[in-house]
Amino acid sequence: MLRDDIIEYSLEGHHSEEEGVKLRKTIWKVTAILTIITALEVAVGIMFPKSAVSEGVWTAIKISYIVLTLVKAAYIVLSFMHLGDERKAMRYVILVPYFIFALYLIFVLINEGNAIFAALTQYAS
Amino acid sequence: MAGHASKQIDAKTLWGGKMSPFSTSYGKLMMWFFLVSDALTFSGLLISYGFTRHDYLGSWPIGEETFHSLPFLDGNYPLIYVALMTFILIVSSVTMVLAVEAGHRMNKKQVTKWLALTIVGGFFFVGSQAWEWSHFIHGTEFGRVELADGSQAIVKGNFGEIKNFEVTVAGHHHAVGDKITEDLKHEYTHAVAEGHVHNEIITLHDGSQAKINKAANTDLILDIKEFGGKYKIGDKIEGAEAVAMYEEAVNSGEKNRIIYGANMKQNEYGPQHYGQFFFFITGFHGFHVFSGVMINLIILFGVIGGVYHKRGHYEMVEKTGLYWHFVDLVWVFVFTFFYLV
Repeated sequence: MLRDDIIEYSLEGHHSEEEGVKLRKTIWKVTAILTIITALEVAVGIMFPKSAVSEGVWTAIKISYIVLTLVKAAYIVLSFMHLGDERKAMRYVILVPYFIFALYLIFVLINEGNAIFAALTQYAS
Repeated sequence: MAGHASKQIDAKTLWGGKMSPFSTSYGKLMMWFFLVSDALTFSGLLISYGFTRHDYLGSWPIGEETFHSLPFLDGNYPLIYVALMTFILIVSSVTMVLAVEAGHRMNKKQVTKWLALTIVGGFFFVGSQAWEWSHFIHGTEFGRVELADGSQAIVKGNFGEIKNFEVTVAGHHHAVGDKITEDLKHEYTHAVAEGHVHNEIITLHDGSQAKINKAANTDLILDIKEFGGKYKIGDKIEGAEAVAMYEEAVNSGEKNRIIYGANMKQNEYGPQHYGQFFFFITGFHGFHVFSGVMINLIILFGVIGGVYHKRGHYEMVEKTGLYWHFVDLVWVFVFTFFYLV
């Protein structure tokens, strides 16, 4: 039975050959960005091993690693998974609940970890 | 991309049940919701790894010190192997997105090609992880040593070659004077870990005892990782002193003075938690990759059989693509927090 109240969104995804050329260009650009970032991260890891740099430098490296990771993740989610092309409402429905939970968990557990570390240092030995 | 996304539709139509407010199909939306829940699972795992790391008093293993081997090659190649794995996964993600793109043009031949390549990449990644696990479980030549004062150190240097075991006391399989030349390294590490080596005499499985003919280890560096009594974390012992201290542990005849590789109870790289998190997180991710490869394979059969072409759209490729990109996304985070930071 054919139903006329259901809209077939799946058929809306098609695009033309010309659009395809443009899209593929973007895909290869994102590929290059992801590869370069990964290569950069590994190069930094090899050239500045934790044991050879001061604590401050290592903290800076650590933060830059996390930033680069988030950049990579953003490219994968927004470009490869096409979340950037979806409606704004959908973007928020996917991302906002996730970030609320994840950021809260990071905040709670890392603080708790540090607090336990402090307590152990003080009382354990 | 999606046609409706750019069109203006009044709010009443959208939210009144006539259309999806997200202008996306049910299947795709549900895949996204599943991925959010899966992302939360992985976040929970990685964040609890962070928690354990932050409350640990000793020194946590460092990525480039723990992962520095390549298959078929000796020597020190910090992080190269895992970088290669990351690259393989990124490339397979790219071939996947190209398959999706070809699907939007209803180009069956190209979808088949790119999806097949994605599956090949996935198998390469799973295989690489198998090697990585095997290497992690078997461990290094030197293992982790517990020194006489109780402190623990990881060891770097050149391992002296084992020439043979010369039997001095006969057992079930070997007679006095036999020279054993097979499977030496494996027998040796096993005996050292079990405390079956005493004053350069190894006790083999069959009860025979043999003298170990082995070249001396050279250029040893003992890097203290766990506080004992005499040394503190970060101390480095080098030269003849290091060799003598390592030999003392090898020849002590005590069990677990030297630990090789990793298992569920202990590991040579660091605290017990480290090994368990490694197995669980990379294992859980590896299982995702494996199931992703299997799902891709099923979809590939559908593509070749023309199922989606008949349907008029390749949205199934898009949905499995979402899952596959997610697997890549998780690996980006595992790579950072397990290997780099």
